[in-house]
Amino acid sequence: MKFFISQDIIKSSFLETLQKDCGEKVSHCYQCGKCSAGCPIAFQMDYLPNQIMRLVQLGMEEQVLTSKTIWLCASCLTCTCRCPREIDIAEIMDYLRRRAYQKQLIPLEETEIPLFNKIFLKNIELFGRLYEMGLIGMFNILSGNFFKDMALAPKMFLKQKIGIFPHRINNLKELRLIFKKSGKLAKAKRNRLLHPKLIILNLFRKVIGKIEGLK
Amino acid sequence: MKYAYFPGCSLHSTAKEYDISARAVAGALGIELLEIPDWVCCGATPAHLTLHLLSLALPVKNLLAAKKLGNYEVATCCAACFSRLKIANKFMEDDLEHRGNVEEIVGAKYSGEVKVRHFLDILVNVFGLKNINQRVTKKLSGLKVACYYGCLLTRPPEVTQLDDLEDPHLMDDLMKIIGAEPVQWPYKTECCGASFSLTKTDIVLKLSGDILQMAQDEGAQAIVVACPLCQSNLDLRQGMINKQYKKKFNIPVFYFTQLLGLALGIEGTKLGLEKHLVNPLPLLREKGIIAKR
Repeated sequence: MKFFISQDIIKSSFLETLQKDCGEKVSHCYQCGKCSAGCPIAFQMDYLPNQIMRLVQLGMEEQVLTSKTIWLCASCLTCTCRCPREIDIAEIMDYLRRRAYQKQLIPLEETEIPLFNKIFLKNIELFGRLYEMGLIGMFNILSGNFFKDMALAPKMFLKQKIGIFPHRINNLKELRLIFKKSGKLAKAKRNRLLHPKLIILNLFRKVIGKIEGLK
Repeated sequence: MKYAYFPGCSLHSTAKEYDISARAVAGALGIELLEIPDWVCCGATPAHLTLHLLSLALPVKNLLAAKKLGNYEVATCCAACFSRLKIANKFMEDDLEHRGNVEEIVGAKYSGEVKVRHFLDILVNVFGLKNINQRVTKKLSGLKVACYYGCLLTRPPEVTQLDDLEDPHLMDDLMKIIGAEPVQWPYKTECCGASFSLTKTDIVLKLSGDILQMAQDEGAQAIVVACPLCQSNLDLRQGMINKQYKKKFNIPVFYFTQLLGLALGIEGTKLGLEKHLVNPLPLLREKGIIAKR
């Protein structure tokens, strides 16, 4: 990898802000690579976890927030537990994803994961408990994978592993207030939880992909 | 012995058999599980990577509901719920800034006083292996199992405080007591891909395929899990893994509560064994654990 780093980037406050906000000392990282060695998803990432730490140290916010890596992290916490410098790398990945949401920096690839998270939370906000049929249906439609996992559905129904109707909790008002207040306190606009821009971009890409596949 | 029980969303849908078998085992051992009334989803992974405060407020809402139920500890079977509830407790105990914000959101005072335990922990460390041993009516002799713990049961250790981080043994101990033979294998705490089941199925197929392969190579005839996501990735997706990687895996994936139930003499039909996609009955018949037809 070759990067041109300008003075502005090095002088940016990204590292300080991150360290202040999530209380993790990224500057302690000495690039031993243990996080990347143990990461089960490293084979799919564009930057390895230790490279993300280095990019953060150098203040390269845009590269980090638009990377595939932050969305591919499965939060399995292997890196966090093994880091000899006791940096909670998984927490930093969480922080980076939250920051990407706030800054509306949609990754160029891997849009499915943020989309899924948004639909999942919307689902909880509506019913209080996860409504799997709704989640899978919504996700398939909005991500453009209309027939994904259709072969599994009849088996799941037969085994009664998935319900057709949602289970609503009684006190939904209280729950929705929790969602509202959390968004307010975190200064995250709630409508961003299901942003049309993201969905349209995603569908558009899928259709293009299908057309190219046909050629 | 009474616990406030937090089943979690999966145990009411894709992992119904985990709920059924956990209740059956608890009933047989005289452990009372009182379901927390009107519980809500813990927020799972999507909450903590979207809105940090929400990922704390949702578990706290449940813990407050449990507190109203009486002075009980909370029991949960799902490894992800367990992790989220424990992490919320940790924040509410130590982090005054977060505590203040979360208290404002849920509109009540809370400082992490409701203790949370995984059902496996309750069985092994509270009820005790000796007591379980006395109740075993049918040893599962000759059944070689790979105990698979996954990510969130042991990590991070300062939060979960459950077992050894890299080489956990709670489930292995339990399996030994009921007569099964746990194999030694290196993938006990590998990740199955968990929440990527729908979004990045390819990753899940690879990671879960590796786990199945390692279990088979080490001589396991079945895998035992304590997490609904691990089970669904290894069991529901096993057919797809076979297709993708041209394998012929036919490895049943049990919840530890199901095998314990069988050893306690509970009928297979009351443990939800028929709900698995990889049919476990032929293996159990072959080992003489359930009656031959």
